[in-house]
Amino acid sequence: MVAVGLPDARARRSRATRGRRAAARVLPIIPAFALIALFFLGPILWCLYASFTDVALTGATASTPHLIGLRNYRRMFEDPAFRQSLWLTVAFVLGSAVIGQNVGGMALALLMKSRSRIARAVVGAIVVGAWVMPELVAGFVWYAFLSDDGTLNAILHGVGLHGKSWLYAMPLLSVTLANIWRGTAFSMLVYSAALSNVPDDLLEAAAVDGASAFARLRHITLPLMRRAVMTNLMTITLQTLAVFTLIFVMTGGGPGTKTQTLPIYMYQSAFKFYQLGYGAALAIVLLAVGGVFSIVYLRMMREEV
Amino acid sequence: MTTTSSPATRQAVRPPARPSRISATSPRRRSAAVAAYLVLALVALAFLLPFGWLFLASVSDKATLGTAIPDHPTLRNFSEVLTGDNLHALINSLVLSLGSALLTLVLAAPAAYPLSRYSRRFGRPILLGLLFATGLPITAILVPVYGLFVQLDLLDSIPATTLFLTATGLPMAIWLMKNFMDEVPISLEEAAWVDGASAFRALLRIVLPLMLPGVTVVFTFTFALTWGNFFVPFILLVDPAKQPASVAIYQYFGLHGTASYGLLAAFSILYSMPVVVLYTLVQRVLGNAFALSGAVKG
Repeated sequence: MVAVGLPDARARRSRATRGRRAAARVLPIIPAFALIALFFLGPILWCLYASFTDVALTGATASTPHLIGLRNYRRMFEDPAFRQSLWLTVAFVLGSAVIGQNVGGMALALLMKSRSRIARAVVGAIVVGAWVMPELVAGFVWYAFLSDDGTLNAILHGVGLHGKSWLYAMPLLSVTLANIWRGTAFSMLVYSAALSNVPDDLLEAAAVDGASAFARLRHITLPLMRRAVMTNLMTITLQTLAVFTLIFVMTGGGPGTKTQTLPIYMYQSAFKFYQLGYGAALAIVLLAVGGVFSIVYLRMMREEV
Repeated sequence: MTTTSSPATRQAVRPPARPSRISATSPRRRSAAVAAYLVLALVALAFLLPFGWLFLASVSDKATLGTAIPDHPTLRNFSEVLTGDNLHALINSLVLSLGSALLTLVLAAPAAYPLSRYSRRFGRPILLGLLFATGLPITAILVPVYGLFVQLDLLDSIPATTLFLTATGLPMAIWLMKNFMDEVPISLEEAAWVDGASAFRALLRIVLPLMLPGVTVVFTFTFALTWGNFFVPFILLVDPAKQPASVAIYQYFGLHGTASYGLLAAFSILYSMPVVVLYTLVQRVLGNAFALSGAVKG
């Protein structure tokens, strides 16, 4: 960063100039932060307040909500549907982000390294294509792909296997696969960039010394990519935690409540059952989980700020 | 994407007599390469397959959820879906996306400038706060924002929805903008200051033109994010006349049911086209700097 003036020069500067300088620094920031305060920070604070009330979308408590203390939160921890949605969210994040996208992205980046340009361009375009598609369209595409008459079952029949009603028989696996399909490109791009910073001569020297490909990966490549891996893991975890549209389109949270992750459950509570207060409490939990991950992420990024 | 030297050049550099186990000519390495290509081909196929239905159904006159090559390929689905209401929905999408992308640039550029140029002590807490905000799930904020919109009578307001979408994207936009700005050397502005230009003029005339790739990235990023957003307009815009394409397609899916998978597929393709084209263009011009700046720094 750039140091602003020498200390003695600054001491000589008049108070008026200093005031003008401070204003010059702060003024341009104000419009952006006013908007963030109004539509980002404000709602979070209101949400915190609403989570302590019985505010509803319709009915008597819509206009005159009462403070009910921690009742929404107590209800939440006794609510089996909440506990289920928490576990579903954990499983969804672990399966589709931490394992699927992360490992898949790494594997693709490693496989693509030092392949021909054409192969890299073609595979890259296809994988990134899935990422660029709007989430809603990804949902439709996978709904069709996994439906009874869908492509997957047709292929399975073709090789003499029995198909399944995937969205009913294995709903969580279905949405997990769809999210892996959609998100792997991101990890792949991050890891390809990090991989290009691993010096080749280091790897070749190790190879000359007789290190196997696995040993080279384990002891040279991965340790050098540690930072990229951690940052990527945090980013995709936060993204996956908030996934709504993909699941909403594919299963609507069902069948029953089998894919009702936290965002879906929050939507159902607040907008379908009109319990805005309870929905707000769920939103606060979602925000808190995101906040915890975000702080970990922040600690890792601290040197870069 | 990568700046690694190609295998060919690396081979040329390597002393020929070195008894390397990973020499490019060794059968072991060659078989490993063949295996890698095979796996890559399978992965590409697996990623491509789900798209099959989308393209085949869109040109089929009696599309189902199954994937079949249509007997009489037709473009009728596309012409049929591009009518009144749907066209209107696409225009709504354009208004929302363009509005929030432009507003983001107008707000983020001046906000990023002091964060990039002045002392660390001044900017650091703000930057940390912004970075923290980028991690929060926007999905969760929608419950209170709905409450806020009801109370302020802002439901069904496209401008208000644009403002909200802008606000949620701003932390990331300012952060990206600041990083791109850091790359522009300060010496150029100092020269301008000496000539009497204000900081604002320096930003507008010198810094922003020099970081045009960065500005393009932030614009594309915001545009694509808004264009693809379904949940926010789904909650905040109830009037069908105000809804963008994402919500319109979803309603279409529910209303027309099994009869119109061809239309659904065609509409989905038309709706995806702008972001795919925009992404491809930006990628062509800026190279992978685009994806990476978003990814690594994000």
